[in-house]
Amino acid sequence: MSARTPIARVRGLGSAKGGTHHWWMQRVTALALAPLTVWFVASLIRLVGADHAAVADWLASPLTTVLMLLLIVATFHHLQLGLQVVIEDYIHGEAAKIGCIIGVKFASFALAVAAGVAVLKVAF
Amino acid sequence: MAEFTLPANSKVKDGKKWPAAAGAKRAKAFRIYRWNPDDGANPHVDTYTIDLDDCGPMVLDALIKLKNEVDATLTFRRSCREGVCGSCAMNIDGTNTLACTKYISDIGGDVKIYPLPHMPVVKDLVPDLTTAYAQLSAIEPWLKTTSPAPDRERLQEPEERRRLDGLYECILCFCCTTSCPSYWWNGDRYLGPAILLQAYRWIADSRDEETGDRLDQLEDPFRLYRCHTIMNCTKTCPKGLNPAKAIAEIKKLMVARQ
Repeated sequence: MSARTPIARVRGLGSAKGGTHHWWMQRVTALALAPLTVWFVASLIRLVGADHAAVADWLASPLTTVLMLLLIVATFHHLQLGLQVVIEDYIHGEAAKIGCIIGVKFASFALAVAAGVAVLKVAF
Repeated sequence: MAEFTLPANSKVKDGKKWPAAAGAKRAKAFRIYRWNPDDGANPHVDTYTIDLDDCGPMVLDALIKLKNEVDATLTFRRSCREGVCGSCAMNIDGTNTLACTKYISDIGGDVKIYPLPHMPVVKDLVPDLTTAYAQLSAIEPWLKTTSPAPDRERLQEPEERRRLDGLYECILCFCCTTSCPSYWWNGDRYLGPAILLQAYRWIADSRDEETGDRLDQLEDPFRLYRCHTIMNCTKTCPKGLNPAKAIAEIKKLMVARQ
């Protein structure tokens, strides 16, 4: 409860003068992911039944390595942007919200680095 | 966390049944949400059966008939009865709309009537719109200029005037805002579709000289960017307007000025 006037509550701390970059990057990463995901799924289908050496050969070709790294960067960047929005939508306790956002950012970054290193290990 | 279930004192129970008058030929049941702040009881749904042969064609006609002839305690807002004032906005047959422009004959089965969703209820079908009105005044919905006032009207090209079509018609009934899940979860900070359409109405006005400041006020992860293009607003608007498009135009301007 509060005795503040409705207009004071609505104005709150004022405009954050931000959010556009977040929104725009979500669209840009989505745009990048559309062809990358199609390529990735098509490649996996083509590799069904292939042995370990064939897959390693495929991953080590320069084009595949580059596209895989791009896919990893775009996926995990898009993931953390999107999950942040979900958390802000539904988690209203300030401490839980900030904790979850930090957790998602750390986990996304860690997974992206791990996935990238895995690809590079096979490639080089 | 967002609340997905009603608190115990908000659980809706079955209420009174009011039968149709004797000799009714075309009986239709209206199941109407009732809540009285004075009796301490849970909200309940009363069932009123009326004879459509003895009633006007609109849902509002039925509500007025009920209040006049059956149950004077039934409480709702209404004024113009022709879709220009926005007072009788409520949830009818699962959709937010105006009782005065909704035909009873368009509804199959019982007519279920609830107040606009997720707003505090004052009584029965009357929602508390205090926050929504405060949000409207926060976007300062009037022409703002710094150049001296001219001796006559401020001129617009016909093309510039046309940009206000689909925006100026909004009657602020808040059917759209109260249909938006994002507004349900974050209505204290998200402005909602009705207010954002109003904000765009002034951003799009060629006579206004404060466009940049207006965009500054909206550029916020919650005020504007809680819109996730769910499109309930556009689907429910009883005036056939497109608040989702107005919001998309604001977002485009935000990117354009980067």
